[in-house]
Amino acid sequence: MKTLFRHTAKISLALAALLLAACSEETGPVFQAEGFPEHLSDWRVLSTHDGVLELNKGVVPYDLATPLFSDYALKLRTVYLPKGEPAIYNAEDAFDFPVGTIITKTFFFPQTSAEWDGNVSYGEERTVHDGVMPLQGVRLIETRVLARREDGWIALPYVWNEDQTDAVLKRAGEVVPMTLHRPDGRAEAFPYLVPNANQCAGCHATNNTTRAIHPIGPKARNLNKPSTFAAGMNQLDEWRLLGILAGDFTNAAAAPKNAVWGDETASVDARARAYLDANCSHCHSDVGPADTSGLDLRPSVALGPKLGFCKTPIAAGSGSGGRRFDIVPGEPDESITLFRIETTAPGAMMPELGRAVSHEEGVELIRQWIDEMTGSCA
Amino acid sequence: MMSFRMSAATLSLLALAACAKETQKAEEPADASYQDQLQTALLDAKPGDVIEIPEGRFSFDRSLSLTVNGVTIKGAGMDKTVLSFKGQVAGAEGLLVTANDFTVEDLAIEDTKGDGIKVNEGENIVFRRVRVEWTGGPKTENGAYGLYPVQTKNVLIEESHVIGAADAGIYVGQSQNVVVRNNKAERNVAGIEIENTFDADVYDNVATENTGGILVFNMPNLKQPGARTRVFKNKVYDNNTKNFGLPGTAVSNIPAGSGVVINSNDYVEIFDNDITGNKTANVIIASVFSSGLSQEGMTGDFDPYPEAIYVHDNRMSDGGKNPDGLDFQALKVAMFGPLGALPDVIVDGYVDPAKLVDGAVPEELRICVQNGEAEVLDVDGPNDNAKPRLATAEHDCALAPLAPVVLANGLGE
Repeated sequence: MKTLFRHTAKISLALAALLLAACSEETGPVFQAEGFPEHLSDWRVLSTHDGVLELNKGVVPYDLATPLFSDYALKLRTVYLPKGEPAIYNAEDAFDFPVGTIITKTFFFPQTSAEWDGNVSYGEERTVHDGVMPLQGVRLIETRVLARREDGWIALPYVWNEDQTDAVLKRAGEVVPMTLHRPDGRAEAFPYLVPNANQCAGCHATNNTTRAIHPIGPKARNLNKPSTFAAGMNQLDEWRLLGILAGDFTNAAAAPKNAVWGDETASVDARARAYLDANCSHCHSDVGPADTSGLDLRPSVALGPKLGFCKTPIAAGSGSGGRRFDIVPGEPDESITLFRIETTAPGAMMPELGRAVSHEEGVELIRQWIDEMTGSCA
Repeated sequence: MMSFRMSAATLSLLALAACAKETQKAEEPADASYQDQLQTALLDAKPGDVIEIPEGRFSFDRSLSLTVNGVTIKGAGMDKTVLSFKGQVAGAEGLLVTANDFTVEDLAIEDTKGDGIKVNEGENIVFRRVRVEWTGGPKTENGAYGLYPVQTKNVLIEESHVIGAADAGIYVGQSQNVVVRNNKAERNVAGIEIENTFDADVYDNVATENTGGILVFNMPNLKQPGARTRVFKNKVYDNNTKNFGLPGTAVSNIPAGSGVVINSNDYVEIFDNDITGNKTANVIIASVFSSGLSQEGMTGDFDPYPEAIYVHDNRMSDGGKNPDGLDFQALKVAMFGPLGALPDVIVDGYVDPAKLVDGAVPEELRICVQNGEAEVLDVDGPNDNAKPRLATAEHDCALAPLAPVVLANGLGE
């Protein structure tokens, strides 16, 4: 009896897969309206074959002016919206995406050996031509899916398999041991963290009272930059022309804009504030999980105690690093802010999750920002 | 749920079997395979579920988290079910809860890199018979808080045991309607700390061998100040552990040998406690000006003055005999002689000039001490300690008693 049942189940699964496959060739991604699909391929947003990663029809790659730092992982971000249903523009928050939206972020690393052995290095972000990104020399680690269902967003982490043919759902998260080789030859072993599904919400539930999950990246100020994927065009304009963005928005010139953190033609202040926005403000806002600290790092907050200026910590514990104030103007090495973004001790570092090595170039920017401040903490 | 419970039971049998083979001395090795299972159970939990963790030692290399309302996590006892985070590589706490109607009981959390159990926003929160311990004793690198509800409402912490926190063992922050009772806090920087919290009753606890026993604080730059805490029937003795908090943390300025410390909070009643053997002072009442904060770093709406503090009918003895820090030592020798002791109660002397009526603090906002033989020392903080003086008579007054905290929704019944 049992055996028979199993066979039946297998057959119906196989049938379902066939049906899905047939279907998707015409329709692009398959929105999963419920449950926890076991494989990334169930969504049919992207696939790998012949040494490339290919986006399905209707899947749009995008990037951000200043992104979140994640242990030097390279990232490929995509968005897919149901046909004819654009996201609605918002000048401040993430856009309002329709039910059926699938956002993915794939994390990958340049590997230093031909065979994957956990050794990784810095690398340039890869671009996508005609929906195809070459995978030569890189290792896919995980793809995180944010999907907008009827009752809200769901966040699911998928970890790529040994053969790099598909990624498997790991709701409980995972630690991947790696060794980072920096450009100057230093090597450091670190535990790369694939977050569990709750930890996804730890960042994406940007309001700790409602706890609704939202995208963080696709905001006007992050997307407002020359498109990497459509030459000669601003990315917001690209979204509008593609029909995936509508609402109270005519052109990018009038939209808010974050600096590119590494763009030395921009002011240190603009770059530092963009960096703090991308790396901190999803928690450190007036309603986020870190509102318990009294520290608000959104770009709209003026320099003062709320931004950390001469502010004593509330519950930093070892995160104080033995320093008295978050920001001591002109004294980066006396500033807790710098210590917390520099340290890799789990109980002290910021962000609390998603970073296991120090982002030395980002730290340098914040160091310069604090160094250029004037005043004192009397 | 069902399958989880079954496999948990199986694990428990395995753990027991393993245990039987161990010699008495060797610590049972922690089981790492349980991590994903428990985290998945937390992800799959439904309101009303009781997640039972069997007897045994289980090891975790990253934080656990729960976001589902109405869940109880229950172990087999705080010395039987041990979640060890000794090998933790990620996460700022052992267990992070962002949910309402949460109960955790009968288990232990050991050696987290950051906090033990943090509940960030939630109503109806119960910690019962939970041990949080840093097993290497008091060390600066230990995690900050043991039991850490913040921005919570209707909270009960009872019969728990917290050891070795580098900030506060039991820390209730920015909360409302809180009962902390029958707990033991030892060898932390602060044993029990109530911060920016409205309506807390702290009673029948033991706080010993901390740097400071029981703290009631208000910190600037937060969404709510705090007021109305009753500290009573506690045993607060020998809190003389050298301060091992990192500079910059709020508690790092607490002198070793502090019994009960009030900082910038209002409407605090301290009564019927046994407060003894705390070598700096049995009770310290201070403003934020005495705790090393920057005026630049404070939003303008913060009230730094401790007001309406009432200390009465405690049993205090053996305090102030060997105060922490050169200033206090010098003060002691100058005022009370080399063999003398600082008085039981120390105040820093800051009062809100805006509230003075004919040069005096209004009666209902005074610091009142009516405690038998206990004397009050005013260290004259506003004048850089130029003229410290015995001020027992100035503080000989009474305030209306505070109302007891009544927990809602049947908590603690």
